[in-house]
Amino acid sequence: MMDAGRHPRIELLVNSEVEDVTGFVGNYRALVRRKARYVDTDACNSCAECAEVCPVAMPDEYQQGFSSRKAIYLPFPQAVPASYFLAAENCLGFKPIACGKCLEVCEKKCIDFDARDEVLDLEVGTIVVATGMEAYDPRPNDEYGYTRFPNVITSMEFERLICAGGPTEGNFLRPSDRQLPSRIGFIQCVGSRSASRGVPYCSNICCMNTIKQCLLLADHYPESRSTVFYLDIRAFGKGFEDLYRRTREEGVNYVRGLPGRIEEDPETHDLTVHVENTLSGTLERYELDMLVLATGLVPRKHNGNGHRSIDEILSLSHTSDGFVMEAHPKLQPVDAPSRGVYFAGCIESPKDVKDSVTQAGAAAARAGNVLSAGQVRIEAITAQLLPDLCAQCKICAQVCPFNAIVEASKKDDLLPDFIEAACAGCGTCAAECPFDAIHMRHFADEQILAQIEAILTDDPMQKIVAFACNWCSYAGGDTAGISRLQYPTSVRLIRTMCSGRVDQRFIWHAFRSGAPLVLVSGCHFSDCHYIDAVTWTQRRVEKVWTRMEKLGIRPERLQLEWISAAEGQKFARVMRELDRLLRQVTPDEVAETRQILQREEAKEQKKKAALAMTAAQTEAGEGARVEGNA
Amino acid sequence: MTLPPLRIGVFVCDCGMNIAGTVDTEALATFAAELPDVVAVIRNRYTCAEPGQQEIQKAIGEHRLDRVVIASCTPKIHEPTFRRCVADAGLNPYLVEMANIREHCSWVHMKDREAATDKAKDLVRSAVGRARMLEAQDEKTFPVTDSALVIGAGVAGIQAALELADGGHQVYLVEKEPSIGGIMAALDKTFPTMDCSI
Repeated sequence: MMDAGRHPRIELLVNSEVEDVTGFVGNYRALVRRKARYVDTDACNSCAECAEVCPVAMPDEYQQGFSSRKAIYLPFPQAVPASYFLAAENCLGFKPIACGKCLEVCEKKCIDFDARDEVLDLEVGTIVVATGMEAYDPRPNDEYGYTRFPNVITSMEFERLICAGGPTEGNFLRPSDRQLPSRIGFIQCVGSRSASRGVPYCSNICCMNTIKQCLLLADHYPESRSTVFYLDIRAFGKGFEDLYRRTREEGVNYVRGLPGRIEEDPETHDLTVHVENTLSGTLERYELDMLVLATGLVPRKHNGNGHRSIDEILSLSHTSDGFVMEAHPKLQPVDAPSRGVYFAGCIESPKDVKDSVTQAGAAAARAGNVLSAGQVRIEAITAQLLPDLCAQCKICAQVCPFNAIVEASKKDDLLPDFIEAACAGCGTCAAECPFDAIHMRHFADEQILAQIEAILTDDPMQKIVAFACNWCSYAGGDTAGISRLQYPTSVRLIRTMCSGRVDQRFIWHAFRSGAPLVLVSGCHFSDCHYIDAVTWTQRRVEKVWTRMEKLGIRPERLQLEWISAAEGQKFARVMRELDRLLRQVTPDEVAETRQILQREEAKEQKKKAALAMTAAQTEAGEGARVEGNA
Repeated sequence: MTLPPLRIGVFVCDCGMNIAGTVDTEALATFAAELPDVVAVIRNRYTCAEPGQQEIQKAIGEHRLDRVVIASCTPKIHEPTFRRCVADAGLNPYLVEMANIREHCSWVHMKDREAATDKAKDLVRSAVGRARMLEAQDEKTFPVTDSALVIGAGVAGIQAALELADGGHQVYLVEKEPSIGGIMAALDKTFPTMDCSI
């Protein structure tokens, strides 16, 4: 911590949150709000006089609420930066000043009630996301009487009670009577490995944490006796089994089975634990002074304060357990799907300090590689304007999620400017352009139309033409494959970078070519890798549905689904459902649709020809007038 | 529209038994040979392995291929591999197309060899159809801002920031709390070494 605080190349931004990130690998721009701290961190020498006079008492979060702090306080003794901090929401008020005692006593004049939030505009090449996890909250389910019995505590609370810098100065006292407990129980898997309470996965660290805590008790209080109620002891890491064996040698009693019932003596606050010992098959009863819940680890909840969470800002997808999804679970375990963004620590999955440090090193190496290279190569999947076809309607500039298309910069040139470096390649502009005046490199119209035709060459009645976006739905299909989830063979996927690329023309072309069923699939709105491009997909599909209805084509034959990369099961389920819908489409229906659409196409071509004719006539007329004027 | 005649090579991967266990790759290869503009079809046990890649490079030279279609796994794994492979043989990397006959076919239709083979044929036909329309592309390079943003200053964020800074890069370490340290700072001792966490 100290090293990070004084490193010449690390700028610490505490009390700060990232509000927005734009750009692309090598060239990100981040807006970071540094909230007012009201104390000058450089000037403050932690003399503590301000806190001494502060009349406010609040529960101390660092000490898990076992002791109190003031409204102006040092977060904890080793805090970096080593500076006091004024929690404005706890202060009696300084606009106008209601108390101001701290201000009076601060000799160095480091307190500034007029401090304001600052928004920093940072240019960075890479981003490491290490926002961690949180402990399972035992309160909503009142796990093992946690909310009712004072001597039932969590493993995090244990950490503070046993710590020399804790609220009891390292004296392990039980909350009800501040006496030393001698019979201490630990319950494992609280909130973990349960389909009904908490989360279904193993939280990875709780077994070893309990083993560590048993050793601390044996070391500090040799006469105490610990009992651990467990499902399985998972001591799989280097040196872990040794530690586990040591606790057995120290006399820790391991009981295989999770307690069914906890009772408390209302007088003494002692606890009685009823448990089925699944090794001996007997019902057992334990009298304990204190009980520690080894609570599991869960993904960090999004700050419900109206701000977008970092997961939303960076469009991070999540696996079914709620932790972020890697670009590849084995081969790119610290890469986010977006280039130049990496994960470190528990944001990816629950892990201990050693694994967090290891992963942080890997993330730093990945991020550093990009920075050291000095330049980055961008895939040649970008939009290009075809100036001859452009009618300057500006729709492209409106739909581009990356502001990569801007209205004409020169006065005499009405064509929009395409900024290639900013284009992320979603293809929404090309799909929305009413004049087909945008060419999408590597995902061009004719390439996609050729795929549609290839799919429908033989036996089209048995085929589903499915458009899937690269990042989510197509990857969801990959996940279904990796998990060997079986589904009917009817679907044929066409990959586009984003579902926003799926032009109405593609859908109509598929139906005109005899497709019984078409699927457009993309990311869930919050996962869209192109900010909000997926909203255009939705609007476009809705337009097609309306027109299908008008033309007498069943709208059910065009399906829209949002499938994330992690949702292999959903992908397989959707494919089964589509296959069922496919069976309801009759050859007559398809033949009729083809006729309708061919008629429509003929009409449109006629209209276009007429328009071209009028345009030519007007031009000729104008030419004549110009001549006349001359 | 008339297209200039192309010279497409199709490479069908068995992926050991991962694909060949379900899809009749022999029949698939025979089918691919009949597709328009296809001048060479080569079956391989593992196309992504070194010998498989050498085979592609050799075929590009021998058959003067101007498009390459690889029927194997998802492009999300090996598209970069094959792009590099053809680029080394002098072909523009954007003239490669992949047909995903593993994740989207052999692994999800394991009980129906015939239908899976038919689907694989369609996927190859679709990939060849697209390959015929592909154009060479040039990738652009952009300069990189030599600084990193590390979000969250718990043990992982601090470590990542230190590594990057030691490597000579400017780091912005963002923490929403008033001090760095995260959850680790509230732990007394850490396993398995039983030492202090701070």
